[in-house]
Amino acid sequence: MDHPIGKPVPRKEGRKKVTGQALYIDDLSYPDMLHAVTVRSPAARGKITNITFGGDIPWDEFTIVTAKDIPGANYVALILNDQPYLADGFVNHPEEPVVLLAHPDKYLLEEARRNVALEIEPQPPIFSLADSLAKKQIIWGEDNVFKKFLVDKGNVDDAWANADFIVEGEYETGAQEQLYIENNGAIAIANETDGVTVWGSMQCPYYVHKALVKLFGLPEEKIRIIQTETGGGFGGKEEYPSLIAGHAALLAWKSGKPVKMIYDRAEDMVATTKRHPSRTRHKSAVTREGKLLAMEIDFVIDGGAYCTLSPVVLSRGTIHAAGPYVCPNVRIHSRAVATNVPPHGAFRGFGAPQSIFALERHIDKVAQTVGLTPEEFRRRNFIHEGETTATSQIIRERIDMDHLLTRALELSDYHAKRERFARENNASNGRFSKKRGIGFASFMHGAGFTGSGEVYLQSVVSAEATADGKVRILAASTEIGQGTNTIFSQIASETLGLDFDSIEIVQPDTSHVPNSGPTVASRTSMVVGKLVESAVMGLKQTLAGSGLLPEKYSESEFKKACADYIAKFGSLKTSSTYQPPPNVHWDDEKYQGDAYGAYAWAIYVAEVSFDELTYEARVEDFVALQEVGRVLNPVLAAGQIEGGVAQAIGFTLFENVVWKDGRMANNQMTNYIIPTPADIPPIRVFFEENPYAYGPGGAKGIGELPMDGAAPAILNAIEHATGISFNQVPLMPETLIEAFV
Amino acid sequence: MQTFNFKVNGEERSVEGFGMARLLDVLREQLHLTGTKEGCGEGECGACTVIIDGQIVNSCLVPLGQVNGAEITTIEGVARNGELHAVQQAFIDHGGAQCGICTPGMVLAAVDLLKRNSEPNETEIRNGLAGNLCRCTGYMKIFESVVRAYQK
Repeated sequence: MDHPIGKPVPRKEGRKKVTGQALYIDDLSYPDMLHAVTVRSPAARGKITNITFGGDIPWDEFTIVTAKDIPGANYVALILNDQPYLADGFVNHPEEPVVLLAHPDKYLLEEARRNVALEIEPQPPIFSLADSLAKKQIIWGEDNVFKKFLVDKGNVDDAWANADFIVEGEYETGAQEQLYIENNGAIAIANETDGVTVWGSMQCPYYVHKALVKLFGLPEEKIRIIQTETGGGFGGKEEYPSLIAGHAALLAWKSGKPVKMIYDRAEDMVATTKRHPSRTRHKSAVTREGKLLAMEIDFVIDGGAYCTLSPVVLSRGTIHAAGPYVCPNVRIHSRAVATNVPPHGAFRGFGAPQSIFALERHIDKVAQTVGLTPEEFRRRNFIHEGETTATSQIIRERIDMDHLLTRALELSDYHAKRERFARENNASNGRFSKKRGIGFASFMHGAGFTGSGEVYLQSVVSAEATADGKVRILAASTEIGQGTNTIFSQIASETLGLDFDSIEIVQPDTSHVPNSGPTVASRTSMVVGKLVESAVMGLKQTLAGSGLLPEKYSESEFKKACADYIAKFGSLKTSSTYQPPPNVHWDDEKYQGDAYGAYAWAIYVAEVSFDELTYEARVEDFVALQEVGRVLNPVLAAGQIEGGVAQAIGFTLFENVVWKDGRMANNQMTNYIIPTPADIPPIRVFFEENPYAYGPGGAKGIGELPMDGAAPAILNAIEHATGISFNQVPLMPETLIEAFV
Repeated sequence: MQTFNFKVNGEERSVEGFGMARLLDVLREQLHLTGTKEGCGEGECGACTVIIDGQIVNSCLVPLGQVNGAEITTIEGVARNGELHAVQQAFIDHGGAQCGICTPGMVLAAVDLLKRNSEPNETEIRNGLAGNLCRCTGYMKIFESVVRAYQK
């Protein structure tokens, strides 16, 4: 295919996936392999006083690992290194790993797990962010606070006096289970001679590598991490695989045999990371003309028992908290706090869905207070090119939120429906009926790591030509369903003018591929894709520089040039290292400056029905319009948006984590409900294309954006339908009943 | 332990096992047909979908003892002699698969649906696939793939 960028090129590994030939971690096995399970804490917080191995179990056949068997450091190396691999004397959350068991018979292993008794002398736990903030117990550090940020632009304190209206509101979001359909799993082989090799379902092989270097106290080259086909990630396989990989490796190290550890659904749901619950308080100063004068935002997320990634989740949520509006005075105070629940972690959107939910519900409230429509109020406050965000970042992109809004409202037939639904809802008063409503949200999502993050990462991609003229891309960026293999192949194929099938994506394996950074933060297409582009450009330049490749060449001339070069010099490989776009400045202390190189911008419109008899709220139609730079592959891009919106609809109306003493009580797919094919409305996806100068082929990030806007759009629509303002998600029928009865 | 005989993808197979063993485990571990996936182990997600005597079922809920003499189709038996079924081709061409873990079950559900109803409308497609969950696609591209498959 000529010029594959912008075309619906079929998924590179599609054939393997539709025929059942793709091999996921649980599809692999090794001779003499042991299976493995984790014995977890039954208590939320307390001192481990005794561990007993009882029952009629042949314990001498088992490999048993506790904290004292760890050869290196007992922490998961990430940000603060406070989370142990195995609890050593003290537990801080329910389901915390304490003992690991391995045995060839996985049925006997289950029996054995039930016969390990952990005696725990309980200490008082705290389970809510309110209790954590109130310091009902100090469970972490001096004040339960993992991290706090302060963004302070202009002078908020002086603005209140000039306000015609001051509008306050409080908004909450719940935990959300990842529910990738493939559970976490790993296989390890480990011994003193060869070191440690782990295969697993994961997003970030080098995160696992970093953690295992510390866990085993081995040199970097003795740890090898290989990503296998990964059945969904969404952030849930960003940091957690470091834990399960380490556990499998510890058992392999002690037993001398290959060890496979696969979680079943119940264990994956109860023990692994979920989206951080949040509470946001807004106070806004507004003029009679509907201009924002000041925004004061207090944003708190519940990080669970250990720090893990909470500081960076908090960072993204903080920076997105004031949205795509221009306001001269903004103060955002944010905290990530500890509770005695399993650590919350990365999940698509990474803090932004939480703070954007609050903002976009609040903006509707502010508009109503001022007496403007949600549309008109936003139009009076949208940010434009040349204006500054909450972090004083000057928007240098050509962005036209007014146009996006106009187009999205047309596509959704918003005005006619807004008027008709209001009229019909009124007319039906007194009779049970279906009320209808329509609402929207406007938002943006920054792509890539925040602030100076990409500079610190120093990501590298290599490209290698083979003697038969194929080009191999070497990167640690993983295919987790989002299309990495296809997008990288499109970029390389386009840049070199080669057939799509002449590009090979090498399996991420830390012994072969350079560290192109983690597969997170909507950075794979935009940041790593750009490195793919420049790495393969290097191949072309090397061949041209050696006089083997004319300026214009055919595929066969390229192949011959590769063959000749390799015959002469042995190999042909080039690498590219991240360079930031020009004029990007970020102040990590003041939290001011260019938070992201680029933002995607969007308007999402939701149409809902509310059944007065069953209290069911349903999304009936959904329009997602976004500007994401140039679309590299329209099928994959629309698939990202549709999938993200579906997850966000689940987050809003279906997915309720029931907590009991810090433990997820509904850790089954029978009682934690995600949307099925019968539940999802038509999701209509539209793109506005505006090429970004520093993205490959003009692309910006896309993966997380669709998680941000649906929840507030749906609740804005429900307010339109019912006249009642709901300010927390998930919004379950039980809450709706309470509001009416 | 007992011996059970049945056909898988047209081939006669004989398996030693306990009657209450899950068909899912027998397929994956004894017959090495790992295309059938486990998502939840309790019949909710459909990742372990297979077709037994023309009936679509969750193989995690089927005991081995129940399939003696049966004909089973797994994802490995959908393509014939390397030629993809129209549903498989449509899933590739129209974005029906992302991470791919629900795909074997989803493809079998779609094949089964089109066998019963050669031109399903949107509601029929939604209901036909309602036993199979996907966390990546939001289902739109899966519905489109089914439509494209029967239009071929």
